[in-house]
Amino acid sequence: MNQLVIAPLLLPLLTGTLLLLLRDTVSFRIQRQLNLTAVVAQILFAVILLVSDHEILVYALGNWPAPSGIVLVADRLAVWMLLITAILALFALLSAMRGSDQDGRHFHLLFQLQMFGLNGAFLTGDLFNLFVFFEILLLASYGLLLHGGGARRTRAGLHVVALNLLGSTLFLFAAGLIYGTLGTLNMADLSVKIAATPPENLGLARTAGLLLFGVFALKAALMPLHLWLPSAYSAAAAPVAALFAIMTKVGAYCLLRIGTLIFGEDAGAMANLYANWLLPLALATLIIGAFGVLSASELRHQAAYLVVVSVGLLLAAFGLGTPDAISAGLYYLAHATFATAALFLLSETIASRRGASLDRLVSGVLIPRSGLIGRLFFITAMLVAGLPPFSGFLGKFLVLRAAFVNPLWPWVMGIVLISGLLTLIALTRSGSLLFWRTEGISDAAAAGIGELTPVIGLLTLCLAMTIWAAPILALTKAAANQLLRPQAYVQAVLGATVEAENR
Amino acid sequence: MDALVSLTVGILTACGVYLILRSRTFELVLGLIFLSYAVNLFLFASGRLVIGKPPIITDQASGYADPLPQALVLTAIVIGFAMTAFLIILALKARAELGNDHVDGRSDTGERS
Repeated sequence: MNQLVIAPLLLPLLTGTLLLLLRDTVSFRIQRQLNLTAVVAQILFAVILLVSDHEILVYALGNWPAPSGIVLVADRLAVWMLLITAILALFALLSAMRGSDQDGRHFHLLFQLQMFGLNGAFLTGDLFNLFVFFEILLLASYGLLLHGGGARRTRAGLHVVALNLLGSTLFLFAAGLIYGTLGTLNMADLSVKIAATPPENLGLARTAGLLLFGVFALKAALMPLHLWLPSAYSAAAAPVAALFAIMTKVGAYCLLRIGTLIFGEDAGAMANLYANWLLPLALATLIIGAFGVLSASELRHQAAYLVVVSVGLLLAAFGLGTPDAISAGLYYLAHATFATAALFLLSETIASRRGASLDRLVSGVLIPRSGLIGRLFFITAMLVAGLPPFSGFLGKFLVLRAAFVNPLWPWVMGIVLISGLLTLIALTRSGSLLFWRTEGISDAAAAGIGELTPVIGLLTLCLAMTIWAAPILALTKAAANQLLRPQAYVQAVLGATVEAENR
Repeated sequence: MDALVSLTVGILTACGVYLILRSRTFELVLGLIFLSYAVNLFLFASGRLVIGKPPIITDQASGYADPLPQALVLTAIVIGFAMTAFLIILALKARAELGNDHVDGRSDTGERS
């Protein structure tokens, strides 16, 4: 059973390598099928890991016991993230297979390497290994961002690459500091050793922790490090932007993981190092993101700012830090990923049929089959803005209900509700501009059902999350409880070593 | 030696930070290279600076040099090298597609003084 933990890494790596070797010899159709099969298999792996009764599965690479070797750890949170990533990838790929994957030769190869990096970042139990997987997923994401070419993508790509290289440098500084002060990079081992930091090293260790916070905040697009996101996401091809909906969540995942495992309640002088920063910054992100949504002049720009808003709410939930809040946040994470991805895909469908106005929020021609697409837009907007009865409302409601125990609850409540209102106003205006205030009818070909399938699929998924909210929340609650009791994680990773020493 | 290493890391970082704040892609690339040099040295020093000791624990030697930072820095160098290569190609592509080497692709040269 433990061997299964490495399967989500080996499969995309091998598929990616195979695609690289075969790119000149096999037809494009076979490359597509290969990629699709690998993505479906990754969903299966995640489901098998999810339904197995094992609490925490540990795989020691090369059978080197932790903390000497690198371990992969599949706990509930990691498996939950794997599942969301794989499902999102399936829909992004289905959308790309409509034709936009042919704009570059290496789409499928980069797609699998992106999956490799994402899965690795979720599974690894070692801080330096996390850095390595960050670099893998970033390098693949640069390639995907530039997929299709064009001046706009090149400019956005240059900014993203430079910023993330800077982020990687800071990550390395933090890793060096942590190794220098605590003598280990294994996360479970760090969780044990952090409480016993010698007083003279306390300042350095705290610096390292906050440097890491900065790095993860950059990936998660937490205010004020969110400025790279809108131009990058709105420039990317629609399927790529849809897949990127999970990228900010990697940063959020790391904040949650490091914040609970290493800088949790038991960290002595450094307890709750992240929690104190997370909530205020997340609330500020919510407000700034909502203003961005209001001010956006293109639909794709608006969708990108909606990603910022969702990150704000997500990190506010993580910042509250109670089991209820984290469980609600994990539910909202899945919902927000699927809903914003659907919006990116939908804006591409709309933009390609409005002639010269593209997705600019000005009155233009009416797109063909506007009835169906308009309804889909309406449902997506309700999901994203968090209106009842859909999953967005449930997620938001649960976060707000969990906020009551925090002394800052009036702020949380006020800011979440105001940002929701601003989002709603902006999306209402976009919808009425795109579908009602139109002049003439576009002569572009109507969108077929095939083109809309990924969007409908993602929306159905959100609907399913609404209907089966109770079992899903039971899962996320178990994940949250596991996170807040890191002893089990430490025991699972270091247990074998400790037992061997006792013998 | 500690002072020399820390001074070198500090100067490299300062040069790197100054250069990445400039508006031309060439200077940006140089700045990121300086920063990656700085961080490599820093990582290397995180295992404490030891001279003339083997990187393994033996009975004969009086001490040992921590081998882990050496492995880390090797990984970091390889990754940094690949990333720099990618960034240079991207900067060249931007120069070709945007028509100039400004980081925002702006053609006015007013900011350079």
